[in-house]
Amino acid sequence: MADFYRFSFTFTAVTAAGAIGGDITVLCVGGSDDAANSCGAVAGVGKVLHAKTDNYNGGETISAAIQAAHAASPFTHIMSAASNQGKNAIPRAAAALNASPVADVIEVQGEDTFVRPMYAGNALAKVQNSDAVKFLTIRPTAFDKAAAEGGSGSVEAVAFSEDAASPTFVSASESNSDRPDLSSASVVISGGRGMKNGENFKMLETLADKLGGAVGASRAAVDAGYVPNELQVGQTGKVVAPDLYVAVGISGAIQHLSGMKDSKTIVAINKDKEAPIFQVSDYGLVGDLFDAVPELEAKV
Amino acid sequence: MRVLVGVKRVVDYAVKVRVAADKKAVDLANVKMSMNPFCEIAVEEAVRLKEAKKATEIIAVSIGPKAAAETIRTALAMGCDRGIHLTTDARTDQELGPNSVAKLLAKVVEEESPDAIILGKQSIDGDFGCTGAMLAEHLKIPQCTFAATIDFDAKTVERETDTGTEVVSFPSLPAVFTADLRLNEPRYATLPNIMKAKKKKIDTKAADSLGVELNEGNTVLEVFEPPPREAGIFVDDVDGLVDKLKNEAGVL
Repeated sequence: MADFYRFSFTFTAVTAAGAIGGDITVLCVGGSDDAANSCGAVAGVGKVLHAKTDNYNGGETISAAIQAAHAASPFTHIMSAASNQGKNAIPRAAAALNASPVADVIEVQGEDTFVRPMYAGNALAKVQNSDAVKFLTIRPTAFDKAAAEGGSGSVEAVAFSEDAASPTFVSASESNSDRPDLSSASVVISGGRGMKNGENFKMLETLADKLGGAVGASRAAVDAGYVPNELQVGQTGKVVAPDLYVAVGISGAIQHLSGMKDSKTIVAINKDKEAPIFQVSDYGLVGDLFDAVPELEAKV
Repeated sequence: MRVLVGVKRVVDYAVKVRVAADKKAVDLANVKMSMNPFCEIAVEEAVRLKEAKKATEIIAVSIGPKAAAETIRTALAMGCDRGIHLTTDARTDQELGPNSVAKLLAKVVEEESPDAIILGKQSIDGDFGCTGAMLAEHLKIPQCTFAATIDFDAKTVERETDTGTEVVSFPSLPAVFTADLRLNEPRYATLPNIMKAKKKKIDTKAADSLGVELNEGNTVLEVFEPPPREAGIFVDDVDGLVDKLKNEAGVL
């Protein structure tokens, strides 16, 4: 089994692996010895394979490392969180073994039977996979993170030859923010077209900071250019399931709902009482968001 | 440069799908179908390359039922030059999966030798998001997925990541690119272009005549609707909301 050490949500794959059963090995591609050691400390992990590389961790590189690890000691299931890197590497590795990946698993029903969403989560499919090696990506919001302590995985190096055709890294423009990562935050405050412009999102940032949360957005707000795409919550963006999701000025298009409807508590603030967002919200407040949000911020 | 784009016929993004009575699939009867939105972005990117005189020919490929020819016509009306239609009776939302599609597309790529293959990052029916990377592996060529910008002169792609974007340099062509939302805003086909598209050529052949061994590891046993959320309540004001969040939901 493979996973990539970078974000805490990668260890949701360890939890999903535990639900399948068997020994769990973490494949750590790139990264320091410390990173590999901390993979071994994750609860439930029996072994860590460290594929050392200084090169860009693209799908080609990670897939090559997966194939080398699998050739050295074959696995029954090879999986990762459905992170950007997981979505890049797992299908490529699956193709190398002529296997059909099961993407975005939300429930493990057995060693070959999984539940996954289709149609933006408006339908769920129970899928049986007959491949000799099963390739899975795990929807991080559907599984708890494995505890960072408690494992006793020893670290072994695994040699692999990198694909010469692999793209190389040029630069990254990460959103530099002290806020928690949108995908793993326990509170998410999202804005929609009702925010009217990007400047007004500052209001949501202030509220998010007070609650220790992250800021998200609907596709409409991204399309209108208010905020960058990495904030997008929905079928075509990120899927989140925080303890508290506050939808501000979001009408609730199907594709947005599919990205947040598994949140524990949903609050909607919208001036249109008929907005579909209220059909999925636990608490709806009909009113002007420009009054309600500052008042909420003052009172929490 | 010659460009091959993949176009898929899917249930329109605005339709709320229903599970069929036999619980084996989503009901497709009398449902509005459209080109997958991410495929529209892929087509638009290719057409802009042609308008910039960087691409000389654009081939639109679709794998699907007879009616998928309409989707190819739409791509031709947007500016693609010719179409290839691989016909199949298998349901492309759940029976014909990403590995089979990738292998069929790989065969077409071997025959057509395009310099760039541009696909959508995922289709909004099956929601796998796997075909691009699988195609790249079957062809043993570079993959640049989740593209926000593609620069063929500089050989760089800006990719959407979990925390922002990153720029990568691709070493060579051909390569597979998958289109993310911000790559561009697709155009609507104009009436004159729709008329012109009727004269463009679509080469139609059965998908199972290509000599590609299709093996689907995944069998859908059951399709069901997610449990509905219980209806919530309206609060009168912010005080009422804060009270509920503190004392009922316990999230503050």
